[in-house]
Amino acid sequence: KMNVAIACYGDGAANQGQIWESANMASLWKLPMIFCIENNHYGMGTSIDRHSSHSDYYKMGNHIPGIRIDGMNVLAVKEGMRFVKEFCGSGNGPMYVEMMTYRYHGHSMSDPGTTYRNREEIALTRSTRDPLEFVKNTMIDAGFAEADEIKSIEKKIRKEVQAETKKAKEFDDVQLKDMLDFVYANSMESRDQEVPDFIRMPDYEKSFWKS
Amino acid sequence: IFQFILHSEASSIIMNALRILNNINKASKARFQCGSRFLSSQTSLEQHNNFHYDEQSHNGAFESSPPEPNMTSLQLQSKSSMNLVASIKNTLSHILEHDPSAIVFGQDVAFGGVFRCTTDLQSLYGKDRVFNTPLNETGIVGMAIGYAAPSSGSDGGLAIAEIQFADYIFPAFDQIKNEASMFRYRSGNQWNCGNMIIRMPYGAVGHGGHYHSQSPEAFLTHIPGIVVLIPRGPVMAKGMILSAAKSKDPVIILEPKALYRAKVEDVPDEEYYIPIGKAEVMKKGHDVTVVGWGRQLTILEKACDMAQSEHGISCELIDLRSLSPWDADTVENSVRKTGKLIVSHEAPITCGFGAEVVASIQERCFLSLEAPIKRVCGYDTPFPLVFEKEYLPSEWKNLEAIKHVMDYSK
Repeated sequence: KMNVAIACYGDGAANQGQIWESANMASLWKLPMIFCIENNHYGMGTSIDRHSSHSDYYKMGNHIPGIRIDGMNVLAVKEGMRFVKEFCGSGNGPMYVEMMTYRYHGHSMSDPGTTYRNREEIALTRSTRDPLEFVKNTMIDAGFAEADEIKSIEKKIRKEVQAETKKAKEFDDVQLKDMLDFVYANSMESRDQEVPDFIRMPDYEKSFWKS
Repeated sequence: IFQFILHSEASSIIMNALRILNNINKASKARFQCGSRFLSSQTSLEQHNNFHYDEQSHNGAFESSPPEPNMTSLQLQSKSSMNLVASIKNTLSHILEHDPSAIVFGQDVAFGGVFRCTTDLQSLYGKDRVFNTPLNETGIVGMAIGYAAPSSGSDGGLAIAEIQFADYIFPAFDQIKNEASMFRYRSGNQWNCGNMIIRMPYGAVGHGGHYHSQSPEAFLTHIPGIVVLIPRGPVMAKGMILSAAKSKDPVIILEPKALYRAKVEDVPDEEYYIPIGKAEVMKKGHDVTVVGWGRQLTILEKACDMAQSEHGISCELIDLRSLSPWDADTVENSVRKTGKLIVSHEAPITCGFGAEVVASIQERCFLSLEAPIKRVCGYDTPFPLVFEKEYLPSEWKNLEAIKHVMDYSK
């Protein structure tokens, strides 16, 4: 049984040339490789019907087999990936895995997420398909946990996140010279020509002058 | 072990899967345990010379660059006369022999490649280590990145990718710029893909036309995070490929295809390393500094000889050897002495690498200049077919430039 490599990309990237190229090579040489499409139905602001002529992504491998998994259901993901890993790790070559999922917020901070879809869709998905709700409800229904237990876990997590955020905000500022680190293996900061004489900031007082 | 790789670019981790398939993990771990990728009897040009290349020495205003080790004075035991193709092939064979993680791949490398640089390598080292890829530059470079990058459970292996002609590097440019060059930087040194070399034949060959003659070094040198080397012959090629194999940064080597068979030199049989980022003063002089790289140096040598014999002009000829990073100190020291500079390359003049040399030198030693710096380069056209002879920066164009700066400075 071989180790398996997995590459994850979105529905937007699924039509990139480099993916077809790697799929060709993976299939040609029967590499233990999983092509995992995280299909949240929007390539930033364009829905799959408007950016992909073929939106059954798990079929995109042509002769490469593929399966579609409900990405909002953790048990389905677990069992599905178990099967895929078994298949790919046995020398059968690559597989395409399409995870059906969703994105509530916008693609980035600049994207409100509502200019290309309606709020009802977001609210409906949140209420019926939310993965965390699914886990909570399943656990309570099956008697694995009480509602109070789950609430206290959530409280603990929230406190932990707040503490970490506070700690992160109190970190020292990065040094300007760190900008030049790791461009190369042996950072070139010691070579004079690599360090600018000054870095001018919008706030003049914060400008950096080489002493 | 289920390896979960956090990169979203499938093509760049595909070689990780291949490496798992080949079970190279054990071999590469053994390589790191013995400390050196090559035999312990390796020699280095640096060891034979007191001068330390790590030091930036400013010897004073009128000294030329630090003395380059004289090849004939070194106690290297034996040398073999060979052309550039043979030198490259022998070096690759040496690397494959001593580094079990090394692989060589690209279009048609199995039968030896269109220039025969990889002849017999597959029969010597096996199909798992020397193999053909489909016609996928993005895939080829992406594979090199994925193979070179260490991941959980295994060290990166040495990936030597061949792009059949430098003209075809452009589909792979995103992989070079947005993946390879930024791998270390974007992960804060957590990851890197320094264990990769991309080789490609570049430059005019007499009949190459638009797509078999290009010199894309300017595009590549504009990328921080990679190393760009250009050998001028068999001796330089071996030392550079060996340095590239040792380098912890991704290296691109542009091989002058016009010299593949034409340039024959005595190549030392032992290992030696040409230092990255160091130029070489090929010929000392005091009237004008002439800078070039790769194939252009054979042209410039002729121009300098003509300048000497016909006009008594003493030219100092410098081979940059390494374009990224490039040795501005050596050129500056030379210009401080001569006061005049000519830079020559086949690539189109606008925004060619010559422009970088000119801009840096005028900034460093403006007051030493006695004449404007002249660039003798290709014209701003696609590389032509019928007009190749007129297009190229010939020895006569360079001689004219040398005479021009001499006259200007009188």
